[in-house]
Amino acid sequence: MNHAVSVRELCVSYFGVEAVRDVTFDIEQGSMVGIIGPNGAGKSTMIKAMLGLIGKDRGDVLFYGKDVKEVRKQVAYVPQRSQIDWTFPITVLDTVLIGTYPSVGLFKFPKKKEKAWAMECLQEVGLADFAKRQIGELSGGQQQRVFLARALAQKPEMLLLDEPFVGIDVASEETIIRILKELQFEGKTIAVVHHDLSKANAYFDQLLLLNKELIKFGAVDEVLNREVMAKAYAHQLQFLEKVEVTA
Amino acid sequence: MDFLQAIGQYGFLQKALFTSVVVGIICGVIGSFIILRGMSLMGDAISHAVLPGVALSYAFGINFFLGAVATGVLTAIGIGYVSQNSRIKNDTAIGILFTSAFALGIILITLQKSSTDLYHILFGNVLAVRPSDMWVTVGIGVIVLVAVYAFFKELLLTSFDPTIAAAYGLRNNLIHYLLMTLLTMVTVASLQTVGIVLVVAMLITPAATAYLLTDRLSVMIFLAAGFGVISAIIGLYFSFTYNLASGATIVLVATALFLLAFLFSRKHGVVWKSIRARQKRVELSK
Repeated sequence: MNHAVSVRELCVSYFGVEAVRDVTFDIEQGSMVGIIGPNGAGKSTMIKAMLGLIGKDRGDVLFYGKDVKEVRKQVAYVPQRSQIDWTFPITVLDTVLIGTYPSVGLFKFPKKKEKAWAMECLQEVGLADFAKRQIGELSGGQQQRVFLARALAQKPEMLLLDEPFVGIDVASEETIIRILKELQFEGKTIAVVHHDLSKANAYFDQLLLLNKELIKFGAVDEVLNREVMAKAYAHQLQFLEKVEVTA
Repeated sequence: MDFLQAIGQYGFLQKALFTSVVVGIICGVIGSFIILRGMSLMGDAISHAVLPGVALSYAFGINFFLGAVATGVLTAIGIGYVSQNSRIKNDTAIGILFTSAFALGIILITLQKSSTDLYHILFGNVLAVRPSDMWVTVGIGVIVLVAVYAFFKELLLTSFDPTIAAAYGLRNNLIHYLLMTLLTMVTVASLQTVGIVLVVAMLITPAATAYLLTDRLSVMIFLAAGFGVISAIIGLYFSFTYNLASGATIVLVATALFLLAFLFSRKHGVVWKSIRARQKRVELSK
């Protein structure tokens, strides 16, 4: 069993409106997968349903052969950046420290060991100097790196990131990609919801093209061709002109 | 007579002071989470919603604490149910349900008691605190502090980032109702000190003051508790010395502290911010 994730016939809807239909795929351990598709294709919804954050209508999701509830510690999630209160009284280091909560456990507090580890993770994303800042004082790219550091602090086997590169600077994007590739090298499994097709080639080994249904899942050049892409982006063909696709 | 002398002399004043200090602490602690979760209006709602519970407890001769917690928590659940299952927005649901509970409470109380009692419940009467009330307050204080300490990580995370909390397998709903229960208990404990109408001030004003002064949740909680205590002591002093309603004087002291922070907080104060802005402009125009 070397599948990091197995999804079978996953169906998700919001109040009766279908968002994800009958999706089935396996992600192998140690791979780096880009999840792409047009706006409203259900990419974020699928990830949330896989993690059990929203209910599914049907289907099974197994991480390492187990229900997500049993492997939450091993699966780190980096949600879209916009969803939190940026004025919350919390420092950058304490935000990263949250990543140690699942292993610290109920009624206990992070100790020196956890704090040192959180600092190490912060160093990894190049923000050690910002440890004492309030989280809202950072730029968008720095904030995203902090959330990656929090995911690292969790010591996960698998990372799921939702649009991590939206609205961030080039340097931060490069840092994040470098770290993700290092993690992959260590054998971790990574899945990234991503919408910028131009860089898909450079970033990922495999692409999962979604438009409510699974259109195609395979090596990058199998997915990034005109015929396959047209199925997903039927109404946005002119947009495709700008994208390097193999004929 | 001097306030300090009077404290030494009168048991009722000692009890009043002690109870107010405990109320100041727990209001600051719970209030910190209330304002960070954007639930100030909910605090106001729950404090009003305990009224029918208090009235029913009198009617059935049980401890008023039980009835108050029951109607407070019921109202919190009702608000959640209405806003999640209709197009009614949360603040509207809060407005409808808490005024209903409050209106019901007024009728229940006037049916069985004199209007003086209603007045005391609404506006507090800390100088008439009985030993049993004081111990109820202390008991609530211990429960609240232990609960917040025990669930500090969970309270922090669900307030700051509920999505990640859920991804860690935390039940945001459970933490929400835990907090609502604690809030109801704090409200009940504050009934005699500041009264139903002004409890919300004790919950949010010291916490908001602390929020302007720090970027760490743990520090904010201690500061808020500290401001609650200072407000209680100075407020009680004014209440005793000039024969004013204790709830009102306590709240106004809290407001004065808030104003000071609003103007002079190093990082967020209006005065420093405008001075820094002016310095920058002068610097650039050289």
